[in-house]
Amino acid sequence: MIDLTWAIDPVYIATIFFFIVGLQRMSHPLTARSGIVWAGAAMLIATFVTFLTPNLTNFALMAIAIVIGGGFGYIAAKRVAMTDMPQMIALYNGMGGGAAAGISAVALLGTTNAATASLAVVGGLIGAISFAGSVIAFLKLQGLMRPRPITFTGQQFVNMAFLTLAIISGVLVVLQPSWIPLTVSIYLPLFFILSLGFGFLMTLPIGGADMPVVISMYNAFTGLAVALDGFSFATPNYAMVIAGIIVGAAGSLLTLNMARAMNRSISNVFFGAFGATEEKGIEIQGSMKSIDADDVAVMLAYANKVIIAPGYGMAVAQAQQKVKELTDLLESKGILVKFAIHPVAGRMPGHMNVLLAEAGVDYGHLFDRDEINPEFPSTDVVLVIGANDVVNPAAHRQGSPLFGMPILDVEQAINVIVLKRGQGKGFAGIENDLFYRDNTRMLYGDAQESAGKLVQALKKL
Amino acid sequence: MTNIMALWPAVYIAMLAAFTGYVVISRVPVILHTPLMSGSNFIHGIVLVGAMVALGLATTPLEQAIGFVAVILGAANVTGGYVVTERILQMFDRSGKKPGKRSLK
Repeated sequence: MIDLTWAIDPVYIATIFFFIVGLQRMSHPLTARSGIVWAGAAMLIATFVTFLTPNLTNFALMAIAIVIGGGFGYIAAKRVAMTDMPQMIALYNGMGGGAAAGISAVALLGTTNAATASLAVVGGLIGAISFAGSVIAFLKLQGLMRPRPITFTGQQFVNMAFLTLAIISGVLVVLQPSWIPLTVSIYLPLFFILSLGFGFLMTLPIGGADMPVVISMYNAFTGLAVALDGFSFATPNYAMVIAGIIVGAAGSLLTLNMARAMNRSISNVFFGAFGATEEKGIEIQGSMKSIDADDVAVMLAYANKVIIAPGYGMAVAQAQQKVKELTDLLESKGILVKFAIHPVAGRMPGHMNVLLAEAGVDYGHLFDRDEINPEFPSTDVVLVIGANDVVNPAAHRQGSPLFGMPILDVEQAINVIVLKRGQGKGFAGIENDLFYRDNTRMLYGDAQESAGKLVQALKKL
Repeated sequence: MTNIMALWPAVYIAMLAAFTGYVVISRVPVILHTPLMSGSNFIHGIVLVGAMVALGLATTPLEQAIGFVAVILGAANVTGGYVVTERILQMFDRSGKKPGKRSLK
């Protein structure tokens, strides 16, 4: 057989090059799609060339595993609805973390080199935390688990105990001290169980509203774990090291940006148990006043400027198409229509843009929070469609759990119409003052139906 | 000590890679945050390559079992990450077909 092992490193180098170019292209809307194709092609070639690594066996197992894993990943990702993308990202990220933990485990079963083992232990710890945490994030977003924070007394203490014990057992795995009568076969599984346990526990108290930040952070974690595992081989796998570090750095930056958009610190996200406690002693004045679609249609027809503030509820109700129709109809009547996009509307930054793009709404109509906030006082009608926490004026009131979070100041508009399914609270579980304001009217019902009714009523006018 | 010395080149590489990751992401508009998170999720799918080597070098049944699971997870990370990212970015593609697009006019 011809020796092709010389090809491995050049291909890995090219892979890294295309990953970076791919990410670079993904950072601009016009070239974004080609970016993922470049990265994908590089990944495919890297996978093939890996089969040429010297001394490999178990090729049949490898092929079977790739078919099972790849088949699952492909089918699940093809079937999932756009609204459910965030939890799919969490799930695939968790799988990456799990794979990294697995590589660490295999390395630790074989190696006797303290330096390699240390890196594998750290990689295993981070990978296992990312795996367990991402699974919880997936379960919460998928609705298989209560999205509310789960808290109990002494939680921080228990979490820290788990982390400390995991680190201690990790150190024992590396040092393998002879004065302890236990063998590695005892504390290696213990190390992974404790690491996984810590990942589960630290994600439990985090509410659904904070999940984007959490998923992003676990994404960075997995990157870091992959990078560390790159050193667990006899010759370091620099493709893993570099790709992992790039994801670790990029993911960390993305996490900070997201947290900043919500005006929350990272430690607050992880230890704040956001939404678990009710604000006490605040009585909201006024009452919720409902309105029907015909009246809203009249209001819209005589408006000069309408701003639509969409939230995740719009996506859940699959109302994007109807909203797009409504937009076209209003524009045909010469009314100025804009969309106000809060950075964390939906379940992830930019999620709302993706959903609106899917419905065919043009970029030119989308404005982010800082651009649109000064325009609300001069707006005749604001339609809040399935958004709640991001338009809650409680964020301006000291003492509220939302205090300090930058919001869309829709309450400054002349009329505010809230399309809402019922009288429930938002994802963060906090009462919304906006619904009780004098200039607010509630249009109850499924967002898709309500938007459809508005279109019908407007056509009749 | 030789082990520690051998790690220094890796630290140079790690530093440059971290800087690259930071710079590439820092100018990204908010609307691309979700696809970019998904895209970087795909890129750490390179873990598949490591899982393949780990399985390929495994000798005991336990190592083989762990390696096998790791390859499954890594492969799912790669294909799932790619398909999700590609599907999201398809929405931004203005040139070709527009999925779900309906015009009233």
